[in-house]
Amino acid sequence: MGRYVLRRLLQIVPVFIGTTFLIYVLIWAIPGDPFAGLCGERRCPDSFIATMTEKYHLNDSIFVQYFKYMTALVQGDFGETFNGQSVGELISLRFPVSVRLAIVAVAIEALIGVTAGILTGLRGRSFLDNLVLASTLFLISMPTFVTGFVVQQLLLKGDWEFLPPTVSDQARWSELIIPGFVLGAVAMAFVARLTRTSIMENKRSDYMRTARAKGLPNSRIVGVHLLRNSAIPVLTFLGTSLGGLMGGAIVTEGIFDIKGVGGLIYRSILDKEGFIVTGVVVLLVIVFLMVNLIIDLLYAVLDPRIRYD
Amino acid sequence: MTESTTTAMGAGAASAEDQIAALDQLETKPGKPRSLWSDAWLDLRHRPVFVVCVLLIAFLVVMALFPGLFTSVDPTHKDLAHSREAPSAQAWFGYDVQGRDIYARVIYGARWSILVGVLASLLSVLIGGTVGIMAGYRGGWLDGVASRTAEIFFGLPFVLGAIVVLTAFRSAGVNSAIAIVGAVVVSIAVLIWPVSMRIMRSAAIGARQHDYVKAARALGASTTRVLIKHLLPNCLAPVLVYATIALGEFIGLEATLSFLGIGLRDPAVSWGVMIADSRNYIRVAPYLLFFPAGFLVVTVLSFVMLGDAIRDALDPKLR
Repeated sequence: MGRYVLRRLLQIVPVFIGTTFLIYVLIWAIPGDPFAGLCGERRCPDSFIATMTEKYHLNDSIFVQYFKYMTALVQGDFGETFNGQSVGELISLRFPVSVRLAIVAVAIEALIGVTAGILTGLRGRSFLDNLVLASTLFLISMPTFVTGFVVQQLLLKGDWEFLPPTVSDQARWSELIIPGFVLGAVAMAFVARLTRTSIMENKRSDYMRTARAKGLPNSRIVGVHLLRNSAIPVLTFLGTSLGGLMGGAIVTEGIFDIKGVGGLIYRSILDKEGFIVTGVVVLLVIVFLMVNLIIDLLYAVLDPRIRYD
Repeated sequence: MTESTTTAMGAGAASAEDQIAALDQLETKPGKPRSLWSDAWLDLRHRPVFVVCVLLIAFLVVMALFPGLFTSVDPTHKDLAHSREAPSAQAWFGYDVQGRDIYARVIYGARWSILVGVLASLLSVLIGGTVGIMAGYRGGWLDGVASRTAEIFFGLPFVLGAIVVLTAFRSAGVNSAIAIVGAVVVSIAVLIWPVSMRIMRSAAIGARQHDYVKAARALGASTTRVLIKHLLPNCLAPVLVYATIALGEFIGLEATLSFLGIGLRDPAVSWGVMIADSRNYIRVAPYLLFFPAGFLVVTVLSFVMLGDAIRDALDPKLR
């Protein structure tokens, strides 16, 4: 087990370097003057350009730049924006909000998606089954921002006190439920369909018949035998969907005016604040890779036939 | 509309028709041994979902190719006197903020949305499929490199990567309609190809063990011949299903990018651009959002359902 984790962690390193290098090149290799518009209407003074070029190592080749950036990063230094703000501070202000939003979204995905999947998977062909199939298809084909618009209009029309159409600066959990729902809607639909298929496949398997023949109570047959065996594909999907959630947050945060990393990163790309973008991407990639590692380890817990030695 | 626009449009739509035509040819006479494909086709013909989806898609393709059949109104004609007028007998879907006929704009928008979907789906399957079949067949270091590269792209959130790539294109001064479409297509394909690569790779790994592959190699067939003549036809099914579903999803992705202000833009006005334009007026004029969004959802839905139906038909286990 320990050796497996170590090997996986080592495998993560090249992927991590590759992804961050890719985004670094894309950001800093964009043609165009990085200082355009920084000094208002006029051209920046030469001394300013010289200092800045020195500070951001812009004269070095892209590989050297990346290497210098990464060495500072592993020491916890995220660098500074062009106007001298600490990128680390900016991110630490905003990251918790986005993480909270992602947690709410995953919780909703898992809760509603799995429940709907179990109910329809167990029952087989029925009205509920068709309803879930149709509504999940509808959710899948609706882009997140359209769902967001529609839900926000409903909130504005309803004018309920406990469900505000925009999120305040504190971003309380209760305020994040609706944006989390919008963000997780597509993945929720996939989770429901995946759980349903998985349960339907396993329902007819031999171990289910044995469990029933042994006279086990139905709750144990479904709760322990069936669910445990059906959980692996669903868990895998939840893990990979996290990457999509982080990206989709740009849209959802924009619509509901949430002060998270999504809005920050969007503005930074347009303003060519490269260090903010690379800093956030580094964090997102770490989260994504770690979650997928944890899910791989969970396989062994769910299915004792899988062993990592 | 320039000369190049029309030819590229023709190519995009022709490939969609080719697929349908290819499906037609799969029907074989009774008595002959039937292949997986002709089996699937016989099964598909009796599925109402499949028939409805194909009809809907055919209708949308005609709409994209010949918008003049559906409306004689110029979609760019502005008349501020009509600004945000509600739907009426004169303009079925109402007028937008600048007094343009929404019905005409939705009809003319179909071609851009579908063009992006078809081209992005083709390109990403082409890249992913080629890399995947070679990695799966060869294995070894090639597989290692390809799989690690795919993982790198997987770790990158799509919307984020697309914003970066498209900003780069924009600052490079991309302005004509066809170039804007090209930029969006390339950024979608470059970021999403690993999905089809993984599907093709696992199909190729499964197929390369079979006797016919060994036999072909024993007969002295070159790698290219084994790949194209023997492996490809047997690995195509799952990728084709994915491509159909992805086509729908890419249309939705394009809309998301347009919503963020980095996807298509004038003169390539897709449904996504129209939805994005409507965002500040939804409260007073919901039809600005409703009609383009409705067409978008129906289009995506028909491609996703078509892909589902084909997958069910191709998978003998589910019968």
